[in-house]
Amino acid sequence: MAEQTNTETQVPSGDHAKAFPPFDPSTFAPQLVWLVICFSILYLVLSRIAIPRIGEVLEQRQDRIQRDMDEASRLKEETDKAITTYEEALASARQKANVIADETRQKLNETINAENAEMDAKSAKKAEEAEANIRKAKETALADVNKIAAETTTTIIEKLLGQKPEASEVETALKS
Amino acid sequence: MAGDSGNLDPIHQFEISKIFPMEIMGVDVSFTNSSLFMVIAVVLISGFLILSMRGRALVPGRWQSVAELFYELVSNLLRNILGAEGMKFFPLVFSLFMFILACNFLGLLPGSFTVTSHVVVTAALAMLVMTIVVGYGFYKNGLGFLKLFVPSGVPLPMLFILVPIEVISFLARPVSLSIRLFANMLAGHITLKVFAGFIISLAGAGGVLSALSVGPLLLGVALTAMEFLVAFLQAFIFATLTCIYLNDAMHPSH
Repeated sequence: MAEQTNTETQVPSGDHAKAFPPFDPSTFAPQLVWLVICFSILYLVLSRIAIPRIGEVLEQRQDRIQRDMDEASRLKEETDKAITTYEEALASARQKANVIADETRQKLNETINAENAEMDAKSAKKAEEAEANIRKAKETALADVNKIAAETTTTIIEKLLGQKPEASEVETALKS
Repeated sequence: MAGDSGNLDPIHQFEISKIFPMEIMGVDVSFTNSSLFMVIAVVLISGFLILSMRGRALVPGRWQSVAELFYELVSNLLRNILGAEGMKFFPLVFSLFMFILACNFLGLLPGSFTVTSHVVVTAALAMLVMTIVVGYGFYKNGLGFLKLFVPSGVPLPMLFILVPIEVISFLARPVSLSIRLFANMLAGHITLKVFAGFIISLAGAGGVLSALSVGPLLLGVALTAMEFLVAFLQAFIFATLTCIYLNDAMHPSH
């Protein structure tokens, strides 16, 4: 073959006189035969082995992505639900806390008021008692004053007159 | 094939050379360099697509990502043009796309052979597509498939002009489909070879001319980058047009 090419290059004009290779009919048959063989084999290999394999992988990936997306959206839904529940619980707890706080405040107020009232009543009573005592003491003291005055008067009169005056007379005199 | 140094003939790279001459029942079935690169393409595609998916990883590695990228590129193409019912054509379009892509890219390797630079190969692929389009069109729609050539909502006299135009445009499809791919590959490789030849000629000329050989070198680099783009683009265009023609077969009424 190399020899043939050499001769050809030496005589290029003669070479070109020969058919332009792509239009040389003598090469058509072998090219067509081998094209049919090669393309048939390629078609069979691709359609039976390669394409199903690639398609399967792509489909699996698509499925996986779809499944993951579904799972993600499901989880998101769950999370949303949990958040809603949590917020509801929080709100109800807050409300309950408020109620309890109010109740406690009211109860405390009531107790305080009751105790205040009791204490007021007690102190009023004590004050009354104290006043009564004072009044009594005053009365006693006043009565004692009269008695002492009478005694003193009697003693003074006795000392002055040397005779004990009648008690009733002293009393009358003191009262006047 | 590539060892012939000093051979600046840009057409040489398209020559078919027999590696194992064979003949069966008077038909030349020789294993040629073209056959070799077809086999390499098939082995590479199958090996790549099967080995890269070996792990069947949920999170793909680098190789698996590329395999999935090709798969999804073609499957999105089918879904967008044909809808979900078009997925039964997925193995066909995917095989066509991968085969043309692999052949185009293999052809960019220095010294290799570009299977798709021969019009007989691209024409065969185009005829495969058109046969399936016509076959499936009649199978699914019966004679209703002929509505493809009759634009709806057009006054009767106009049909005498439009129907022949539609028929001609339909017949032109396999031609344009095959010539587009073939011509792109052929022209791109010839251009690359011509510029590469300039580099050698200029560098060999000596003196200032040798320094000037940097020019075609830079252009050659740029063209190589563009050829990579073209190699992918032509495979993609072939797959897209296949989908569009299949769509006609599934829904023939305009």
